[in-house]
Amino acid sequence: MSVNAENVKKIARLARLEVPEERLEPLAKELNDLLGWIEQLNEVDVDGVEPMTSAVETQIHLREDEITDGNIRDQVLANAPKSEEGFFVVPKAVE
Amino acid sequence: MSDLTKLSLSEAVSGLRNKQFSSREITQAHLDAMEQARSLNAYLTETPDKALKMADASDAKIAKGEGGALEGAPIGIKDLFCVDGVKTCAGSKILGDFTPPYESTVTAKLWDDGAVMLGKLNMDEFAMGSSNENSAFGNVISPWQRKGSNTAMVPGGSSGGSASAVAADLCLAATGTDTGGSIRQPAAFTGLVGIKPTYGRCSRYGIVAFASSLDQAGPITKTVEDAALMLASMSGFDEKDSTSLQRDVPDFVSACTKSLKGMRIGIPKEYRMDGMPEEIEKLWQQGIAWLRDAGCEIVDVSLPHTKYALPAYYIVAPAEASSNLARYDGMRYGVRVDGDDLNSTYERTRAQGFGEEVRRRIMIGTYVLSAGFYDAYYIRAQKVRARIAEDFRDAWEKCDALLTPTTPSAAFGIGEVSDDPVQMYLNDVFTVTANLAGLPGISIPAALDHQGLPLGLQVIGKALDEETCFAVGGALERAAGFTAKAKKWW
Repeated sequence: MSVNAENVKKIARLARLEVPEERLEPLAKELNDLLGWIEQLNEVDVDGVEPMTSAVETQIHLREDEITDGNIRDQVLANAPKSEEGFFVVPKAVE
Repeated sequence: MSDLTKLSLSEAVSGLRNKQFSSREITQAHLDAMEQARSLNAYLTETPDKALKMADASDAKIAKGEGGALEGAPIGIKDLFCVDGVKTCAGSKILGDFTPPYESTVTAKLWDDGAVMLGKLNMDEFAMGSSNENSAFGNVISPWQRKGSNTAMVPGGSSGGSASAVAADLCLAATGTDTGGSIRQPAAFTGLVGIKPTYGRCSRYGIVAFASSLDQAGPITKTVEDAALMLASMSGFDEKDSTSLQRDVPDFVSACTKSLKGMRIGIPKEYRMDGMPEEIEKLWQQGIAWLRDAGCEIVDVSLPHTKYALPAYYIVAPAEASSNLARYDGMRYGVRVDGDDLNSTYERTRAQGFGEEVRRRIMIGTYVLSAGFYDAYYIRAQKVRARIAEDFRDAWEKCDALLTPTTPSAAFGIGEVSDDPVQMYLNDVFTVTANLAGLPGISIPAALDHQGLPLGLQVIGKALDEETCFAVGGALERAAGFTAKAKKWW
């Protein structure tokens, strides 16, 4: 599996990263170098192996379904790049 | 009073308790040392006012005969931990002046035990790196230099600011985080002790996420006992982290002096790498001899999937990172770079806010998770990860802990390795397996190489058996008698 400039453009779009046209080829090379190195995983026999999901087998902790937080609007907004009258201000998303 | 910065954490805690000096005195001594050491670029944010306020509060407690296990002891915090009201930016520009209105569980526990905060420590951006050359705020310089040379050396990474600060006596101890070796490798490079506990031992709440199934907090310290003291404070179940383990925290400090009589130490043959410097092999043999003298039985073991650990890591970690870092969209916090529409605002914000290595890993992660590739990459990597964990389970049939070198080389100079990502990734070849399997690993400073740079030995233990790591680590520390310090040039 190898990646070309067109794929890089698509991945960058999915990742919401602006990549200038002239960086697409060099990035494709970089990604191919890494993916080529990763390919060695194909040597491993993983037949019948369950993918690992947790390091230590444990029961997930459940708590009472009650409100433990809230009423912190100003704290939530304190780090916003733009806010007004208790709301985040964001670019127009719907025409 | 500058001698106070030379104390170990446990010496300082007992000196404070016995009122040999005050927290204000030892805190001020560290603040003075920090001011003189700004060329190391170890601290991103110094918090002297907060430090002195906390120190005075500690002194008041000590005067009344009260106080916690770390009362009055000044420490540094890796910039990945949220501290209420203190700028936290994870070594990245994208967080801008983000000032969390809440506290990470680990730092909350440290303050509850009386620790005093000196400031936030530099690191590779979002903890992605092995040399601290990926910080958006400049390289951290190691206090260590090669004999007869003034080449600026890397402190390792990603907890490079933590390592540099502890090694240069700019704090008594520091917090770090370890996703692939980010505590143990910098500790080894700077002649310090660093432990990554079992996954789930420390809460991840309030720690900026990199790869959630691998990230663990832990301390970087001057001695094994200091590491035990710090980890005891940092550990414990937390409702706010669903992966935190509901287990009691054992007495780590008394584990440090436990006898090793009859303990079986495994030597994994796959950790003998092609091209590994002879000095590393020699040190490993020396470590084996030390442990044999301490009463251990040495057994050969095999971890056949070791060579696949790094490539598996470079699927799992970027995949998780690309998901975790999706939150940096310039809308709710951090920096926003305006574009023509919403999407171009996202794309510009992220392209300009993230550094090169972070963008590279987001791209890899996005690719391996994208439609059509998920099974071939991510699921396969998680299966290989299961194989790696199985290797360890098989090894535990024959031994109680493993002894390995921490890194395949000593520290290198700034700019000497950074051109080739895969070469850089190889720094973590001996440490990353413990992250993938969720096991505790400790690095102990053991010797200087021919260049006069520190080398470390690593002990990997069974899940939840940090005590054995501390016991073996303590024995290695006593046998090695490593007392070398970087000669002050800064």
